[in-house]
Amino acid sequence: MDYSPLVISIKASLISSVIVFVLGVTAAWGVTAMRRGRFIFDTLFSLPMVLPPTVTGFFLLIIFGKNSFAGELLSRMGISVVFTLKGAVIAAAVVSFPIMYTTARGAFDQVSRLYSDAAKNLGMSGISTFLRVILPNASHGIIGGLMLSFARAMGEFGATIMIAGNIPRRTQTMSVAVYTAMQSGNRELAFRWVLIILTISFVSIISVRLWNESLRRKSR
Amino acid sequence: MKMKRIALAAALAALCLCGCSSADAKKERTEITVLAAASLTESCEDIEKMYEAEHSGTDLVFSFGGSGALQIQIEEGAPADIFLSAGKKQMDALVDEKLVDSSSVNDLLENKVVLIVPEGSKAEVYSFEDVISDKVGVIALGEPSSVPVGQYSEEIFGYYGILDEVRAKASYGSDVKQVLSWVETGDADCGVVYSTDAQNGKNIRVAAEAPEESHSRIIYKAGIVASTAHEKEAEEFMKFLSSDECSDVFAGYGFSSVGGAG
Repeated sequence: MDYSPLVISIKASLISSVIVFVLGVTAAWGVTAMRRGRFIFDTLFSLPMVLPPTVTGFFLLIIFGKNSFAGELLSRMGISVVFTLKGAVIAAAVVSFPIMYTTARGAFDQVSRLYSDAAKNLGMSGISTFLRVILPNASHGIIGGLMLSFARAMGEFGATIMIAGNIPRRTQTMSVAVYTAMQSGNRELAFRWVLIILTISFVSIISVRLWNESLRRKSR
Repeated sequence: MKMKRIALAAALAALCLCGCSSADAKKERTEITVLAAASLTESCEDIEKMYEAEHSGTDLVFSFGGSGALQIQIEEGAPADIFLSAGKKQMDALVDEKLVDSSSVNDLLENKVVLIVPEGSKAEVYSFEDVISDKVGVIALGEPSSVPVGQYSEEIFGYYGILDEVRAKASYGSDVKQVLSWVETGDADCGVVYSTDAQNGKNIRVAAEAPEESHSRIIYKAGIVASTAHEKEAEEFMKFLSSDECSDVFAGYGFSSVGGAG
């Protein structure tokens, strides 16, 4: 059995989770700190969650395909996104971003304004208030969001096959491998991949739960 | 705690780097990207090995998907050299849009439609006409409006003039694999699938093959994408695809070669 889809899935999901973590938390904090117009950004940033992934993939293909301005610009710079691992990372990131964003928004909303006001009164700068007061207080929610968005990235199929294609040993992720095995009538292989995906999801969700639990105990 | 976090960040950064560089590693060979219908996955993997053993200068890169999705990828300028379509419709659309060179298009292979029954079935089904016998309670068919094999099934039973009787005991699946599953598990007494599915099926027997004149033919098409930068290599591979060597591979997975000229 060729294990390359496992490696490709983990690579794409890890890279996308790092990107989504930074972008999602920053965007969530930016919107939380806004005085008005939050709902516009909340709607905008959650959009990929309501769109079917195939539609998201179709839009990404239009954006990054050679016919578009962005695609042409990138290809002049020698960067190709379609049919590469970069495409898989972008697909996973776009689809899992709303999850990170929404959970981080919720977590920030629950941190009382009193803390940040107190920090500011004691002379802390905006950034260090965020890093040392708000972020630690919102960490449970953010870790949960990170876990969910990683899981979502691992399971991503529709947008991935559209933009990254289904190239064995290059862009074929585990979910895409299941589809391919089913389509070519190789049920045994499909079930084997399903088993691997289930095991990874199970182990990663349990370990994050345990880790979160131990953090909670320490903070008490 | 802090050390651990730094180590984790470093590991992630290393992964990012090797992830981006490994894709650019092997560049000496000419890459030919072939977009192929998902049903061709296994045959194409065999062909890739055979072809690369003989042509060390060419690196065949296959991407598999539904023919409609592959058509959209070519329309949006995805970097592709050859298109192997399971349907005539998708290839025709690309030829109309001048995205596939019409002179390069040829018939790749043919798929047949067969009637299957569970192994050891007591329903005594040996032909399409036997389906209306009282011993058949349920026949599994593809949903005619959305599943191509369902449309072919309707054509075949229409040809025999027994469509209404068959419809009365039909259970419609959302794709051909579902139809196959129902017959494999014995939930249906018989079903209509492609001969390539029957080849992969477990615990089933082919009761009959639909005669050629009973339905429109299922022809897979091959064509060279107009924007290819490797026309010579693409043409060479297209020639290989129509060789006897390749036909044998396709036949091993239940496909037939296209009879007659063109």
